[in-house]
Amino acid sequence: MATVERVLGKSIKRREDPRFITGRGTYVDDVKLPGTTWAAFVRSPHAHARIKKIDTAAALKHPGVVAIFTGKDMTGVNSLPCGWLLPELKVPPHMPLASDAARCVGDPVAIVIAESHDAAEDAAEKVKVTWEVLPAVSATDKATAKGSTQIHEVAPSNTAFTWQIGDAAAVETAFRGAARVVKKKIVNQRLVANPMEPRACLASYDRATGDLTLWVTSQNPHVHRLLMCAFVLGIPEHKVRVIAPDVGGAFGSKIFLYNEETICSWATKQIKRPVRWTSSRREAFLTDAHGRDHVTEAEMAFDAQGKIVGLRVKTIANMGAYLSTFAPAVPTYLYATLLNGVYTIPAIHAHVTGVFTNTTPVDAYRGAGRPEAAYLLERMIDAGAAALKLDPADIRKKNFIPKFENGFQTQVALNYDSGNYAAAFDKLLGMLDYKKFRSEQQAARKQGRLLGLGFSTYIEACSIAPSKVVGSLGAQAGLYESGKVRVHPTGGITVYTGSHSHGQGHETTFSQLVADELGVPMESVEIVHGDTGAIPFGMGTYGSRSGSVGGTALLMSLQKIKEKGKKIAAHLLEASPSDIEYTNGQFQVKGFPGKAVPFGQVALTAYVPHNYPAGLEPGLEETSFYDPSNFCFPFGAHACVVEIDRDTGQVKIVRYLAVDDVGNVMNPMIVDGMVHGGIAQGVGQALCEGAVYDDGQLVTGSMMDYALPKADMLPMYDTDRTVTPTLVNPLGVKGAGETGTIAATPAVMNAVVDALAPLGVDHIETMPLTAGRVWTIMQSAKR
Amino acid sequence: MKLPVKMTINGQSYSHEVEPRLLLVHYIRELVGLTGTHVGCDTSQCGACTILMDGKAVKACNFFAVQCDGVKITTIEGLAKNGDLHPIQQGFWEKHGLQCGFCTPGMIMAAHQMLERYPKPSEEQIRHQLEGNLCRCTGYHNIVKAIQWAAEQMAGKK
Repeated sequence: MATVERVLGKSIKRREDPRFITGRGTYVDDVKLPGTTWAAFVRSPHAHARIKKIDTAAALKHPGVVAIFTGKDMTGVNSLPCGWLLPELKVPPHMPLASDAARCVGDPVAIVIAESHDAAEDAAEKVKVTWEVLPAVSATDKATAKGSTQIHEVAPSNTAFTWQIGDAAAVETAFRGAARVVKKKIVNQRLVANPMEPRACLASYDRATGDLTLWVTSQNPHVHRLLMCAFVLGIPEHKVRVIAPDVGGAFGSKIFLYNEETICSWATKQIKRPVRWTSSRREAFLTDAHGRDHVTEAEMAFDAQGKIVGLRVKTIANMGAYLSTFAPAVPTYLYATLLNGVYTIPAIHAHVTGVFTNTTPVDAYRGAGRPEAAYLLERMIDAGAAALKLDPADIRKKNFIPKFENGFQTQVALNYDSGNYAAAFDKLLGMLDYKKFRSEQQAARKQGRLLGLGFSTYIEACSIAPSKVVGSLGAQAGLYESGKVRVHPTGGITVYTGSHSHGQGHETTFSQLVADELGVPMESVEIVHGDTGAIPFGMGTYGSRSGSVGGTALLMSLQKIKEKGKKIAAHLLEASPSDIEYTNGQFQVKGFPGKAVPFGQVALTAYVPHNYPAGLEPGLEETSFYDPSNFCFPFGAHACVVEIDRDTGQVKIVRYLAVDDVGNVMNPMIVDGMVHGGIAQGVGQALCEGAVYDDGQLVTGSMMDYALPKADMLPMYDTDRTVTPTLVNPLGVKGAGETGTIAATPAVMNAVVDALAPLGVDHIETMPLTAGRVWTIMQSAKR
Repeated sequence: MKLPVKMTINGQSYSHEVEPRLLLVHYIRELVGLTGTHVGCDTSQCGACTILMDGKAVKACNFFAVQCDGVKITTIEGLAKNGDLHPIQQGFWEKHGLQCGFCTPGMIMAAHQMLERYPKPSEEQIRHQLEGNLCRCTGYHNIVKAIQWAAEQMAGKK
């Protein structure tokens, strides 16, 4: 029998691509049902306003209007839930349609359903809302100020929570003995995820069966179903099927349960017709959960040699107008627990205040908390290097946690799995030819050129997450994953995974895993995901968890398939199951390659059990749920070289280098692709992206005003890897979806600060570094 | 008031009565039923709706359907011939030029005209020519490589 070529770990071309490159993907807005109506939402134009009256009379007369509902019509419907409860968290109600007051621009107050998109939009304009406009607050660091408007009754001073981690007394002692303390204000500005596909939903109630089917742009259809059924609408889960078909990017923004799909799911039952809604980009800017938005005072203390002795962090995190699904976890457990970074820091203390403002809710966006931590640490260590006149490479090497293979306990709760931070950094320095760069830089500076290099040596926590741990920290959900393997009688295999691909390429990587494990061709494997009607209960894809958590669940089912297959094969071969081994696509008696039955024959026997072991169930189908014992901790070292135009302040990225360690790699091409895209988003934060509010109005509310990175502002990325497998899961994979975004922002910012160092610049508080901002910094530095 | 409009899309002729305000992209997606052309924004920044109109790459959100009477359109669905992928489609597959796939049809159609204008484009030219197309997944690296790959294939065929 021919050996089946191993495919795991190889750059196999993606199996999902043929449908995408021919325009035959099926995104939510592509799904068409007969009799579908269109929804449009009446939204608040005010950041904060009491609703005095909603008059729908004129709108109802508009031709084509089917129904109009306001919050008062939605009786028996509850608040959208917050799924992560910190101690003493203030959780204000967040009704799908606001009926007392609007608390941010875009807050929906009515749904208009009509025969066509245009009729719905036209009629929505005829809904007359009488507003009593109230004062608004949008700035993160102004929310708790005396005299600020109160947004929720339950949250005095607009404070959602205060939270801390670490040892304040130890930090105090460390700071007293320090040779040098560097203190900086660090603003991590608000971002908008902007997946290219806007959110959309299509809800269809079946009168005959009483079943509801919801197609929705979701990263986690079961989570959507659970939250919507159990918490908001009070309908049984088994009567609801949620389908997230092809999803056009998400980056966190499609994790959460939103108002719109909830309202459409409720409305389809009222009007007994399908209800469809697709967000415009303008609505996306106003209603997709935003990301980041921290204002921080950070202090890092060093000894005379440049060893870090302590870190003190005080952060205000903007939650927006309501608590989005997982919002409280982001600036706490996903942020401050990463403040140990890749460094030996003997004492750390972080204090976080979560505040309400009259802005769009903030939740997880690619990296979620971890980019904020990496940005802070990497800026602070560079600031320390500048203060102590140390080389930024040397100060990092001096402080790296030494290589370890199984466990490092940080000062902020986490226990890292495995790491070799110096190795990744050394590899990066080699790729960069560091010494050569510094001499080139010196020469450039003599010519008056502003050439700079920035490093970022980051760590992140992904492969989210041990249920027991997150449960003790406030998560209202478990974070395991499911994987089901169904072997068909003729040997074909269907995999049902709780992970969800919205660009990650699971149909390829999971097929590779199955093909290798069972020694079958990838072509005989089909991957099904994103449909609660097909897959076992799954938690979905975010926090770089699909390969490590979803992949391991799948691996467990594959092992069960092999174990059962051995029993069937043993019977057929008249041997003992313990003497059977599975190799190269067949079950054989150990040491007797001639005594073997192929996988397909075992599959057929399982379904046609005429000659079958007594007491064994027919069929060949296994389901597993995997709950990881720990997070995984990818790490790496990035470098960015920039040159700044002296006349305009324009920052040009000359080189970008990345060495990432994501553990074992299932498909290098796919991992590289995710790293590239992550870097671009990180560069975007550093150089062009930023949500700007003016008195509660989002002034960057379209793609004309919010600058996404374009092809001509980015270079080719020079990427490489080190491989330090994790021991947390049997695949040894850590996670690769967020590393680029976490690493890139500080690398670019450090490079710009380095480029401007000859002008006396040692820190920049605010991103993004648009040409105008850099030019202004240069002018004030010259003075 | 509805107006008649007639056009050829991927070699097939279509005629409908449409509202004057109906955008071409919605005409293609909703009335003709070709959903490969995507809508990613409302300010003509993203380029996900890029199609070929009389051979030129245009954003289908920039036209009213009624302006397009008599035009010949190629959408992403019409690019492969007799089941053979166009070299640009093949390039995106070979070089992993897509992840979520949402911007991909527009990228491919924009690249189509780019390679007619510049059969041997430099990296800088490719990046500049993609100015009107946004991708949030790939960081553009592999899109550039995909177009370079296609350019080489197409040069070899001539």
